[in-house]
Formats: sequence, C-alpha cells, structure tokens
Amino acid sequence: MKNYKNLLALAVLLLTLPVSGAFAAGGGGDLKPSGANINDLGSLQRGAQLFMNYCMGCHSAEYMRYNRLAEDLELGEDMVMRNLIFTDQKIGDPMTIAMSEENAEQWFGKAPPDLSLIGRSRGADWVYNYMLGFYRDANGGWNNTVLENASMPHVFWQLQGIQEPVYKTVNENGIERQVVDHLELVEPGSLSPEAYDDSMRDLAAFIDYLGEPAQLKRKKIGVWVMLYLALFAFLAYLLKLEYWRDVH
Amino acid sequence: MGKAASGVGRQATSFLNWVDQRLPVTDFWNAHLAKYYAPKNFNFWYYMGGLALLVLVMQILTGIFLTMHYKPSAAEAFASVEYIMRDVDWGWLVRYMHSTGASFFFIIVYLHMFRSLLYGSHRKPRELIWVFGMLIYLLLMAEAFFGYVLPWGQMSYWGAQVIINLFGAIPAIGEPLTEWIRGDYFISDATINRFFALHVIALPLALAGLVAMHLTALHEVGSNNPDGIDIKKNKDEDGVPVDGIPFHPYYTVKDIFGASMFLMIFAFVIFFWPEAGGLFLEHDNFAPANPLVTPEHIKPVWYFTPYYAILKAVPDKLMGVVLMGVSVGVLFLLPWLDRSPVRSIRYKGNWYKILVFTFAIAFVRLGMLGMAEGTPAQTWEMRFWTFIYFAFFILLFFLSKGGAVKPEPERVTH
Repeated sequence: MKNYKNLLALAVLLLTLPVSGAFAAGGGGDLKPSGANINDLGSLQRGAQLFMNYCMGCHSAEYMRYNRLAEDLELGEDMVMRNLIFTDQKIGDPMTIAMSEENAEQWFGKAPPDLSLIGRSRGADWVYNYMLGFYRDANGGWNNTVLENASMPHVFWQLQGIQEPVYKTVNENGIERQVVDHLELVEPGSLSPEAYDDSMRDLAAFIDYLGEPAQLKRKKIGVWVMLYLALFAFLAYLLKLEYWRDVH
Repeated sequence: MGKAASGVGRQATSFLNWVDQRLPVTDFWNAHLAKYYAPKNFNFWYYMGGLALLVLVMQILTGIFLTMHYKPSAAEAFASVEYIMRDVDWGWLVRYMHSTGASFFFIIVYLHMFRSLLYGSHRKPRELIWVFGMLIYLLLMAEAFFGYVLPWGQMSYWGAQVIINLFGAIPAIGEPLTEWIRGDYFISDATINRFFALHVIALPLALAGLVAMHLTALHEVGSNNPDGIDIKKNKDEDGVPVDGIPFHPYYTVKDIFGASMFLMIFAFVIFFWPEAGGLFLEHDNFAPANPLVTPEHIKPVWYFTPYYAILKAVPDKLMGVVLMGVSVGVLFLLPWLDRSPVRSIRYKGNWYKILVFTFAIAFVRLGMLGMAEGTPAQTWEMRFWTFIYFAFFILLFFLSKGGAVKPEPERVTH
C-alpha cells in the first residue's frame, strides 16, 4: 500500500510540472486580462458600434451577417440598417468591405486581415492589449508593443491621444538592448485613459462574440442539457440498482 | 386488455418465427446479448469498450450531417466550416460534437488499452482481440489526422505538412511517396479532396469492419475480468459460468448509466469548453491555411504528441521516424511480451505495478512534452522518457516470466 502512495505522489508531481509553451495561445507574451464580458449586452453593443465605425473601414468580418448581429445584440434590423451599415449592403449580407485585397496590399503593404475569427485565433485579451499598445516611435510613425512593426496605424488616436515609449536597458546573454518599459500619454485624446480602456474592453468583448456568435446561445442551452443528463443519470443508476439486485 | 395484448404478443412471436426461419436474428441476439455471459465483476474500466462504440456511432452520425454542408476544396473548406458554425441551424452543436468526439475517442481508447495492461486482457487466448484493437487504433489515428486537415486552418495545413514530410525521410522512395500522398508537389486542393474521401468513406468502412472483427473475436473467447481468471472453468449444470451474468439486461442497463455519466462530461466540454484551452481545437486553426506564413509553433493534436515527442527526441530524422514507428508497432507484441503465469495486476508482484505505472507516466509526460516548444532541456527530458517507454517492453519481457505472483482465487472477487 505504501509504495502505491509514493508512486501516486511521484506521478502527480511529474505530471503537474509545467511544460513551457505547451498551452501557449496565439503568442504575444504577457497580456493584461481584458475583463471583456460577452454576457454584457451593453458592452457588446458599444463594441459593435466601435467596430463598424472604426475597424470596418479596412477590415471585413466576412463570416458574420448583419441580421445575425441585429438579432443577437438586440439592436433591431432597422437600427442596424440606419446606424451601422454605411454602404448599400442588405441586412442579410455578410459584413464585407469595398476595398479589394489587391488595392489593400498596395496601400498598406499587407491586406488588413478579416476579423471574423481574430477573437478565436488571437483571443479577446490580445485584441485589448493590442489596442492599448499603440505608440509613436522615434521615426514619428505608429508602432505597437504587442505586435512589433505592425503595418496598422492607430485608428483610435483621436480617442486615446498619443503615447510615447519610455525605454529601459536589458541585458540578454551579455548583449545590452533597449526595450519599451512602458508607454506615456504625451498628448491627451478626447477620452480619458479610463474611458478609452473601457471602450477597448467593449471592443474586445464584441470581437470575442464575433469569433463565435453561437456562444451566447451555447452556454444557455448547456445548463439545461446538463440538468437533463443529471436527472437521466440518476434514473439510470436506480434502474441499474434494481436490475442488479439479484447479482451476488 | 390482457387478451388484446397477448394477441399482439402472439402475432409478434409468429412474425419473429417467420424472420428467424430466414435470418437468425434471435440466435444473434442470444449469442451476443441475452445469452452472452460476461463476468459479474466488471469495474470502471469496463465501461470504455461500450463508450468507444457509442462515440464511433456519434462520430458517424454527426459526420454525415457535417458532410451535407462542408465543401472539400482548398478555396471553400475554411469558409464552409464557418458557415456550419454560424449559418447552419444547430451546425455549431454538430461540429462541436464531432470535434470533441474525436478527442474523447482517443481518451476512451487510451483508457481501454490501459485496462488491458492492468488486467492482462490481451493475453492468451485474446491475442487477436488485441491485434484487431491495435489495427483499429492505427486506423483511428489516420482517420483523426485526415479529419484534422479538413477545416483547412493554419494548423491543419502545417500539421499535415509536418506529418506527410515524415514519409520523406524514407530513403529512395521518400520524396515520390510524399508526392503520391499529397497528389501534388505541395499540400493543395488535390490533397484536401482525397483526404476527405479517405476520412468520410474509406477509413470509416474499414473501422466498422475491424470493430466487427474485434467484437466477434471477443465473443468467441469471452470477456476477461479484473481478476484475470477464466470464468468458463466453473460452470453450472446448464453450462453457464457461475460467475457470469447475461450481458443483456445486466450490462446493458449498467452501460446506460455509464453512458449517461460520460455524456455529462462530454456535454460539459461541448457547451462550456469546446476548445479545451486549445487542446481539442487549436487557436491557430481559426486562421485560414496560408502556405506563405508558418505558424510560430507547429504541433500535432494532443493524442499524437507522445509519439511526436519520441520523434523529436532523436536528432536524426530517419532514425526518429523509425523509432516513432517502433514505439507504436511494439504495442502489437504486448500479448507475447508479457509471459507472467497470471493475467491481472492484482496477482502480479510489485514489479508489475511499478512497470505499468512508470510506463503510464512516461506516456503522459511524453504527450505533454510533445506539445512544448522544444527547448534543449525539454529535448533531454523527452530522451529520458523515450528511454523509459522502451525500457518498459524490454523489462516486461524479462521480468514477467520469473516475476513474483500471488495465488489467483477460484472465483471472481465481487
């Protein structure tokens, strides 16, 4: 019996040893949790507004349809048609953009990716940190702490204002290198830092929803499925006991 | 009321007689269920076979519905999966059942195989059951691999790239062989089309056939049990094993309970945790396949990672592929490697307990390391566990014949 316990302890010890990189998500290192909540309808609606106004100039969400959005976010089709669709698209259309990939590549160097699934491949936290990570670098261009040398400009700069980096020196294997320590707001935007933070949390929540619109419904149905199965398992157990009464 | 019912009953009986004279349904029912006598001392581990069958049926049914909406082409596959996830009614549920089912299939099969190690279910006279089971396991790996390519995400593409290129390590025929598998010079539309064909028809057919063989062989010799003793040695005057009970209704009702417990876990994952933190559905696979952009960290799905770790533990590619092949192939020999006079771990000495548990730890740990980035320290750890993995088989062969045993009981412990 004693060596069983020792073996078990050894097994638990070994199998809980972390393996770096085993469960790494889409990369990007240490991300601040966004606190995005897809069950907060108001937050999703505000996020949708930001997405349609700012992101969809260049990014499509081609697997999502406007009427699905209208329904899930309780916006109403009229409201979406009037306030969120800026082109001649119909309510049942997918959320595509007018810019062609060839043009986009010429203009930006790299076509802005479709954002339908960015919430699943990168995650909401990544999007949130990315949107907070824009800064003006020494060349006067935009750069980003989460995705270095991203070709995307800071579309929210009027809201956030302009951040500049404060560098620190690190020693990596004997080589000294300058890295961004933190960002400093050098020119305030139209939103306070807290309000901008909240807005990006809303956007991250919307991006999360956009990645898997079914998740709102999925979790609601899941509760009922679990309750049903629990009841079924209980009855199945009673049935088993009854049948097995004569097995000795 | 009673009279009417018995009238219907009489008609049913005469209909059954009519059928029985033409097709032996009653004989079949009796041989495999109502008069198939299974040991009465089955424990937790004995749920796995039935559950594997349940998941197989579920995979086939959900798979049929997925094929109604999926498009097997490089241009359309990714979008058609998103179409299923968003626009097809209940498509997300069917897809999650299928993707979660794939991972659970392997969880169940690994537990099912480990049960054999515990109780010696692969030992004489059940060697063929084990061999058919191993063939099912091999085909299941191929089936899972082809299925994983179909969503045409980044991991589908690059995972396929890595796995197909393994065949390229074979001297002389390697390169032409990879081309033959892909049907092109690179992974392309031709590849996804043929993988679809293999995934939805060729392998499921072969799997169904092998499952039939696996069960026929099992019912020919009868089920083993946690004590590893032969219940047929001890029969009553009707020729029924005294420690046996009819599979139906005893084990059918017990398995309904087991299935409902399984379905609770299964449903929990589907409804609340379908990606399983990136284990069942990998994050990178939500980006469409792009031959020009290599993902930062390519790794196979979790159920392949123990073998992938063995591959990575070897510096030479060809030797790595050979060792990986051997690590799967050696499992076929298990019925002959264990030479102990008793079957069950219960009546083997501590030597066997230590061997089996170390082996299990090595397998799981290799699986964890196979997902990792592959730092030099991890590579050394992979080598260590690879050594343990193979040491198990060698030690088993030498220790089992003379290894300590305890006396087996006459009757099963229940």
